Amino acid sequence: MYQYDSYDQALVDARVADFRDQVRRRLDGSMSEEQFRPLRLMNGLYLQLHAYMLRVAVPYGTLSSAQMRMLGDIADKYDRGYGHFTTRQNIQYNWIKLDEAPDILADLASVEMHAIQTSGNCIRNTTSDQYAGAAADELVDPRPYAELIRQWSTFHPEFSYLPRKFKMAVIASETDRAAMRLHDIGVQIVRNAAGELGCAFYVGGGMGRTPMIAPLIREFVPLDQFITYSEACLRVYNRHGRRDNKYKARIKILVHEIGKEEYSRQVEEEFAHLLTQGIEPPTAELERIKAQFADPAFEAGASDALDRSDPDFALWIDNNCVTHKQPGYIAATISLKPVGGIPGDASSDQIRLMADLARDYSFDELRVTHAQNIVLPHVKKADLYTLWQALDVAGLGTANLDQVGDIIACPGLDYCSLANARSIPVAQKLSERLAPKQQEIGELKLKISGCINACGHHHAGHIGILGVDRKGVENYQLLLGGCEGADTSLGQITGPGFDEDGIVGAVERATDYYLAQRENGERFLDTYRRLGMTPFKEAIYAPNSVKNGEPANG
Amino acid sequence: MKILTGNDLQSGAVTWWDGATWSLHVEDSADVGEHGEDIAARENAARRVVSPYVIDAEQSPDGIRPAHIKERIRALGPTVRLDLSLKPADADAGMWVI
Repeated sequence: MYQYDSYDQALVDARVADFRDQVRRRLDGSMSEEQFRPLRLMNGLYLQLHAYMLRVAVPYGTLSSAQMRMLGDIADKYDRGYGHFTTRQNIQYNWIKLDEAPDILADLASVEMHAIQTSGNCIRNTTSDQYAGAAADELVDPRPYAELIRQWSTFHPEFSYLPRKFKMAVIASETDRAAMRLHDIGVQIVRNAAGELGCAFYVGGGMGRTPMIAPLIREFVPLDQFITYSEACLRVYNRHGRRDNKYKARIKILVHEIGKEEYSRQVEEEFAHLLTQGIEPPTAELERIKAQFADPAFEAGASDALDRSDPDFALWIDNNCVTHKQPGYIAATISLKPVGGIPGDASSDQIRLMADLARDYSFDELRVTHAQNIVLPHVKKADLYTLWQALDVAGLGTANLDQVGDIIACPGLDYCSLANARSIPVAQKLSERLAPKQQEIGELKLKISGCINACGHHHAGHIGILGVDRKGVENYQLLLGGCEGADTSLGQITGPGFDEDGIVGAVERATDYYLAQRENGERFLDTYRRLGMTPFKEAIYAPNSVKNGEPANG
Repeated sequence: MKILTGNDLQSGAVTWWDGATWSLHVEDSADVGEHGEDIAARENAARRVVSPYVIDAEQSPDGIRPAHIKERIRALGPTVRLDLSLKPADADAGMWVI
């Protein structure tokens, strides 16, 4: 994986020193909160519901064992013994003290990490496929291109004050595991008819209060021009994106309002101009980066045999492991969704254990997934049972990947100052209620957001839940039919909302109806798409269970 | 009643104006009446609090209770981690929020 060069390290170290001085000036009174707030946000430090919250960047979700271990140590040394892995492949700490924040950044810098551009109207952490470099179906490892975006976008002077925040994702497989088309720019590395590799650009997607699926803007950009094309996309947005209304400031609104044809025309014009300016990073730099993402030293001829005699282990293999490009290896997902647990939370001990297991069994490498789980990308099948036993003892052996218990949930009103309703308690109740049926239900992506900002990706859930504030009382809207993959779709609201217990009953009725109606091999989403909203709605709001939109016995 | 809340500059902890200084406990809150904005401006300038603001609350039999659920959660702590809240020994503390 990528290792900082002297420029990277100097840049991050300088930022730590800058922030240390800014904190000192805030604490001694020479800087007001109004002056300090944008500076702390540029370093990922928010003031949340109960305390300062620090969001640490995990570029394209890739971590080394040493970095993961540091994340666990930070949880103990500066926080309350746990961290929260987010839907943007980052980690957040909820109980940070202002005077210690510079020390945390220094500790992070010592393992080539930072919190730069995890807030503010800039290009945020670039996300990617959690199986990058391991997936059997990828054309190339997308991470060198994500890393090049990181280097290009870090402190980019032209894009530090965009109309609004900007999120990019890069994938290199036909199967989209990164919700690519729900980003401001989604880049898919593709092969053209001539057999050359390049990038398809999808621009103007996103969730939030106005969810949109990014349209394809250009089918093929040569790989040696993809930063230039990205710059053109950003320039047009920066020029015309609305700064008068934050709710209409994202690029998705611009692309929608002027139309993808006009937006594309302007991008092409800008792209042609930029090509004359020679802004593309040297090929040698990309090659230097690519060399650092070379495959680890896989054991040739490693056995594909697996002893499935332990049924719990066999279930975990079936649910949580995916085929690896290298024979004899597998990519294993560690679920951070135990039954009744808090989605995405891990204790400091669990974080350090995962670091140790990555060191021992996955060539020192881990990934954070946008579904708030952790992946060990390169596990030899011969080691898998030993690995699973170690995980299981630590409460990390839950076998529920992409099942109804693998719930994405934002921190919600328990932690977040923007939230309108709590997400986590709903996730916990659903996890417990549906656990007995989980295997029978099969794949079902359930996603919960505590407000319209959609950090919990509710628009993209096969079942989505949106928490709203109804006259000071938590209320939950139910959505069906969202999907984040290659066949991306947005969920539709079923009807009147529910209270906290009512939403649990409503989801259960939806899953029961699916089980009764599904045909051979259908996932929940397939059955919903075949039957449509109406029968599901009738089941959810059946007269004996709901009265006037409120649960009677939910 | 009107009460005044904000966050401690150094720790970020939720604090409540008790009439003389800032307390971690909402039960200590003073009714600031019409003076909340003036107190907030003075305390903010003195760096004893960050971003103070006035909220509605009521004096219930169990003590002072903010009107809005968000403020009740601020007063208690995360309902899903009562061990980290201000009432770690009270298993039913979360019910106070709802």
